[in-house]
Amino acid sequence: MTVYLVRRLIQALFVVLAMSIIVFVGIYGIGDPVEILISPDADQIERERAVAALGLDLPLWEQYLVFLGNALKGDLGRSFVFNEPALKLILQRMPATMELAFGAMFLSILIGLPLGLYAGLKPDSPVSKGIMAGSILGFSLPTFWVGLMLIMVFAVQLGWLPSTGRGETCSVLGFVGLQPCSEGLQWSFLTWDGLRHMAMPALNLALFKISLVIRLTRAGVRETMLMDYVKFARAKGLSRSRVTFVHVFKNILIPVVTVVGLELGSTIAFSVVTESVFAWPGMGKLIIDSINVLDRPVIVAYLMIIVLLFITINLIVDLTYSMLDPRVRLETKGT
Amino acid sequence: MASLAAAVTGCYNAGQEMLPGRLGMKRMKQRQTGAATMLVAAGVALAAGQAAAQTANIAVGAPVTSIDPHYHQLSPNNAVADIIFDRLVNTDPQSRNIPGLALEWRAVEPTVWEFKLRPNVRFHNGNAFTADDVAFTLQRLPNVPNSPSSFAAYSRTMSRIEIVDPLTIRFHTPQPYPLLPLDMTNVRIVDKETAENATTEDFNSLRAAAGTGPYRAVAHRNGDRIEFERWDGYWGERAPFQRVNYRMVTNDAARTAALLAGDVDLIDQVPTSDVARLRQDQRVRLAEQVGLRLIFLGLDHLRPANENSPYVTDNDGRPLGRNPLADVRVRRALSMAIDRRAIVDRVMEGAAVPANQFLPQGVFGHVGDLPAIPYDPDGARRLLAEAGYPQGFRIQLNGPNDRYINDARIIQAIGQMWTRIGVRTAVEAQPWTTFVGRAGRSEYSSFLIGWGSNPDGSHPLRNILATVNRDRGWGASNRGRYSNPQVDAMLLESLSELNEARRGELIVGAMRIAMEDVAVVPIHIQTNIWATRRGFEYTASVEELTLAQNLRPAPR
Amino acid sequence: MSDVALKGAPASAPVPARVETPFRRFVSEFCESKVAVGGAIVFAVIALVAIFAPWIAPQNPYDLAQLDIMDGRMEPGTVGGAGFTYWLGTDDQGRDMMSGIMYGLRISLMVGAGSALIACIVGASLGLLAAYAGKKTDTVIMRLVDLQLSFPSILVALMILAFLGKGIMNVVIALVIVEWAYYARTVRGTALVERRREYIEAAQCLALPTHRILFRHLLPNCLPPLIVVATMQVARAIALEATLSFLGLGVPITEPSLGLLIANGYEYMLSGKYWISFYPGIALLITIVSINLMGDQLRDVLNPRLKK
Repeated sequence: MTVYLVRRLIQALFVVLAMSIIVFVGIYGIGDPVEILISPDADQIERERAVAALGLDLPLWEQYLVFLGNALKGDLGRSFVFNEPALKLILQRMPATMELAFGAMFLSILIGLPLGLYAGLKPDSPVSKGIMAGSILGFSLPTFWVGLMLIMVFAVQLGWLPSTGRGETCSVLGFVGLQPCSEGLQWSFLTWDGLRHMAMPALNLALFKISLVIRLTRAGVRETMLMDYVKFARAKGLSRSRVTFVHVFKNILIPVVTVVGLELGSTIAFSVVTESVFAWPGMGKLIIDSINVLDRPVIVAYLMIIVLLFITINLIVDLTYSMLDPRVRLETKGT
Repeated sequence: MASLAAAVTGCYNAGQEMLPGRLGMKRMKQRQTGAATMLVAAGVALAAGQAAAQTANIAVGAPVTSIDPHYHQLSPNNAVADIIFDRLVNTDPQSRNIPGLALEWRAVEPTVWEFKLRPNVRFHNGNAFTADDVAFTLQRLPNVPNSPSSFAAYSRTMSRIEIVDPLTIRFHTPQPYPLLPLDMTNVRIVDKETAENATTEDFNSLRAAAGTGPYRAVAHRNGDRIEFERWDGYWGERAPFQRVNYRMVTNDAARTAALLAGDVDLIDQVPTSDVARLRQDQRVRLAEQVGLRLIFLGLDHLRPANENSPYVTDNDGRPLGRNPLADVRVRRALSMAIDRRAIVDRVMEGAAVPANQFLPQGVFGHVGDLPAIPYDPDGARRLLAEAGYPQGFRIQLNGPNDRYINDARIIQAIGQMWTRIGVRTAVEAQPWTTFVGRAGRSEYSSFLIGWGSNPDGSHPLRNILATVNRDRGWGASNRGRYSNPQVDAMLLESLSELNEARRGELIVGAMRIAMEDVAVVPIHIQTNIWATRRGFEYTASVEELTLAQNLRPAPR
Repeated sequence: MSDVALKGAPASAPVPARVETPFRRFVSEFCESKVAVGGAIVFAVIALVAIFAPWIAPQNPYDLAQLDIMDGRMEPGTVGGAGFTYWLGTDDQGRDMMSGIMYGLRISLMVGAGSALIACIVGASLGLLAAYAGKKTDTVIMRLVDLQLSFPSILVALMILAFLGKGIMNVVIALVIVEWAYYARTVRGTALVERRREYIEAAQCLALPTHRILFRHLLPNCLPPLIVVATMQVARAIALEATLSFLGLGVPITEPSLGLLIANGYEYMLSGKYWISFYPGIALLITIVSINLMGDQLRDVLNPRLKK
């Protein structure tokens, strides 16, 4: 087990290294950050000064070595745009994205699993057909379009929910009264106003996942119901609900856990569109803004964090896998 | 599963029930520390009528990247700086110079400008404003670390700063320099005592962000929002709101939606597609002003007449062997082929005015008697034939798709119009990040770009129309590489001419020559549009900056 | 069919030596669902419209000379300057929406199906290989998957398109690079379970060549989840292409796909000019729904363990 973990960590290191090189070269290929950041009326002397100030006058490989040296000391560079440590900027934005992603995951399980179970158990009922049709719609609609529709209906027409932004936030310690709300990591879900702001973006982000969970659950249920052991359990006289919730449920959890786990990472990474439609100040919006101005330190730092996040999630998924399905054994060298 | 869900919901409910009590406690605490919470603002907002005078919510389209007024020369940052800080020379909504922290200024000698400073001005931290602060600010400009676009150019013109007395300061320049007061409209004055040794981060965390402006910043969340409070010690007119929330909502549709939903009281950069509808809407009021941003086409002047231009071919896609854009008749034909009225009406939906030069009427450097460019496709075809292209040619028109209002739509429309005079046009729109570098290297034959001018004709002349010259700092944005010795000579003379009338003649003369030579193809000048909810009033300005002090409750 | 019910029995679908042709059986099973047949018919119509768009569309929406901004944003049913009726209205450039949708369907289908197919082939092969070979190969491939999944697809696409320039082929390449990892991961997950089954061991004992075991024995048993993913990925590819176009990175603006048409009309939604975004949205929806309806039934038919 330990060997396995250590090996995965070493692999992770290589992935991070490879990724940082690709991003360096990639951004170099897209364009020159100074061209984008500099005031249009800056003269040539000012342009040269800016290039030097941002360390972009060195050859690319030298820039990379400088970055690597600093990274080993825990310094991922300063944002060209904000002149603040890239890591700090990202960590500041992280709670907003995290709670949005977890909110979306929560919604997708909460809504998707029961609906999928129902559709799988009673595949021929009209309700199930409706659920499946709905799930098809759910991942057919482009996210940005749905987002705007939600705003139009619930914020503009009905006026039930605030249109954009994050609303009021609070820190966990502030919530329990140990410090002022405005200090520490800020969370929306701790305030009523924040929850109201979160509702639409979380639903928007969850829509695709709900469909995914419905379909995976239904497919799993339908398959499992035909398995011999289920038939056997039924033949043994176990109640239908016991068969469903113990035997079937446990087996369909494997693909659902895999995909939901995988999707959690991608939800965090790809919340870009939802965050920009709803002006949600998370990491996704930061990265899109950073790409637009080629703020390389932030892009690199963000991607490194995301890579680490993915590796962790994949690891957890693999571990869960092996626990849920004894047929899958973790690979260690020599076995 | 169901029980789990119920348990979670239970927790949620419990959390909510406990909420008001806790928040009440918190409210007390924060009042004691002097920082009113959002909650207070929200609570007041519920009491409709009075609320308007207390809190204003603004949603701006462009993200503010720093509170440090000398870190990044960027419009959204400058806007926020103009709320918190003052300049020696402020500008009115028409962009005319008005006394700011300086009461008056004049050139006491050809190379010496003297500024008399405003007495009894205090910074937000209580410190008195003196000439020391001005001198310190100017010294700070070139010394902000990691600045991607500094303000150094405004102090580089000075050879010496002389503090005559606490309220008089003199700037010595090597040559006579008429633009110094204009430069001073770009320099926000900081408090020496606070800002000495302060980093950009100190400004962002508001530790060092003490200015003399009408509002002081009380909270800043990077890329999300800035919260202001009225500064009661302001030297000028008292700001109308106790509190202003300045939110960044970069998505156009979301910004309009926020206004219509009543979440914000003012939005800027109103999307042109919404203008017509908002004009009809009783709940909304628009504030419009023709701005200083020209949208124009740059043309390839770099390749001489006998060389190929990269994106021009004959009708069969073969190289032409010459650069048709080097011929002024071709350039004029391309300009005459554009129906500017149609672009303004149909594409911009009225949010622009057709242009024949860089600056709108009434701005220093506007050429008064320059005729409007006629829309004349037949004349354009004749000119092309005269120039030796009776069958036209093929060209690719490039442009950004995320930079200017409707940029990608404008180039498509121009593509239609050029195709109709026989110049078959392919249109290629790219993100600004990839576009601007290639345009800067003069890789395009024709491209759409914009220029937001200072209210002085020397500004576009120097940056776009003058021959590229590193030592003079000219032509830094001359991406088409236009070069005309006559224009250069008149510009050079104007830059050391202290007599405003004579300087005006030179600038207007140079501008006329460049425009008659079709150095660039002007399309339109954008209108700046703000929208407020009823009960609020915004003073639209020539500058695109969105200023909290320009928003006030509407008179009843 | 009784052998199929036995756990771990070899796949039934492509196994040779069967008198009844597999294809005929497949067709008859597919036709059991009327909804799926309906989906197939709708999809066939859409595909035909897309293929024959240049001959049936009233206007060539990609030819700037045929457009006139004076006809821009006309309501559905208006007669334009060119003399024919814009049944679905026009966009901001005066482009006939009906023609635009027909041509847009071509591009969206090409991009969506093309990229999904290529990504599926690449991803499934690598996933199978990873699961079957294990050890170093597995590690290398799965780390590559991690690497790939770590990049926001928009960033990958941005970089690729910045290098390659815009264009339909480049969008397809970008989408393949973005998507292959999903297939690889899915196939590997299933194959890991399957390869420990008796029939694989049996095949190995028979010393069948690796590629035969991989593609004739392992792959068919990994198909059900692969098809679930693939149907979703076609939709995803089309939506991603729309998002790329939305960000200005997809197809050229003068040759809009459905996604770009929706993106173009997006900002007119609030101002009441719904048709610019609405009709392409409906076309996109019908296309994706019909594909998915077929995919659903395909999955049921192709799943060897779901036979009644």
